[in-house]
Amino acid sequence: MALPRVSIQTQDFDLSQEVLALRSGDGRVGAVCSFVGTVRDHGGQGAVHSMELEHYPGMTERAIEAMIDEAQRRFDIFAARVVHRVGVLQAQEQIVLVAVSSAHRHEAYQACEFLMDYLKTQAPFWKKETTPAGAQWVDARSSDDVALARWGIRTQNAAPDVG
Amino acid sequence: MRVTVRYFASVREALGLGTEDLQTGQSTLAGLRAELCARGGEYADSLAPERPVRMALNQVMCLDEATPLHEGCEVAFFPPVTGG
Repeated sequence: MALPRVSIQTQDFDLSQEVLALRSGDGRVGAVCSFVGTVRDHGGQGAVHSMELEHYPGMTERAIEAMIDEAQRRFDIFAARVVHRVGVLQAQEQIVLVAVSSAHRHEAYQACEFLMDYLKTQAPFWKKETTPAGAQWVDARSSDDVALARWGIRTQNAAPDVG
Repeated sequence: MRVTVRYFASVREALGLGTEDLQTGQSTLAGLRAELCARGGEYADSLAPERPVRMALNQVMCLDEATPLHEGCEVAFFPPVTGG
């Protein structure tokens, strides 16, 4: 049975197990590239002790599936896996995993970066940080729109910079 | 036509509402947004044209406000996304 390509979950994930499952039984694989995003203990408003992640059930999975399809079209990769956590996360916890397998490193590196750039601006997740000053929604960064533009995809997720 | 409207994150919090089913005479996303703004109060504030509100139609991100609505569709309004 094929493993799911996308998981949205509250529980933590294990990088080693995910990578093993991604490449297991596929002798063509010569490279696996993975990215893990974690909760920083500092944000724009100072110290962050926890964060709450909201998402749009249904759309989230569809959007990420479409991103993986696009990565498969653009890069010579074998398999890709995205795990994204939702709910309440403490500082230093893992938030997101992207892992890609291919024959050679270049395609795996590229596809992994492409998927993260895409996910940052096109997947419906929202972070709310809890700081000593209270809880606040995190602002989107226009630098993430610029990152996606490098792949030839125009987007306008972040609000235009003021001033 | 009947439309399901969903709100997320700061928009959901401001409106105190995650979803509503409504009947609208509007035919586009822009029309629906303007109709909701016309309710005044938090709607006018959260969905104001100058706000960076992003939209999805049937769970697909939609950049073009002129996109037509259809019977039974699901529209979502939300702030810029911040996952990853």
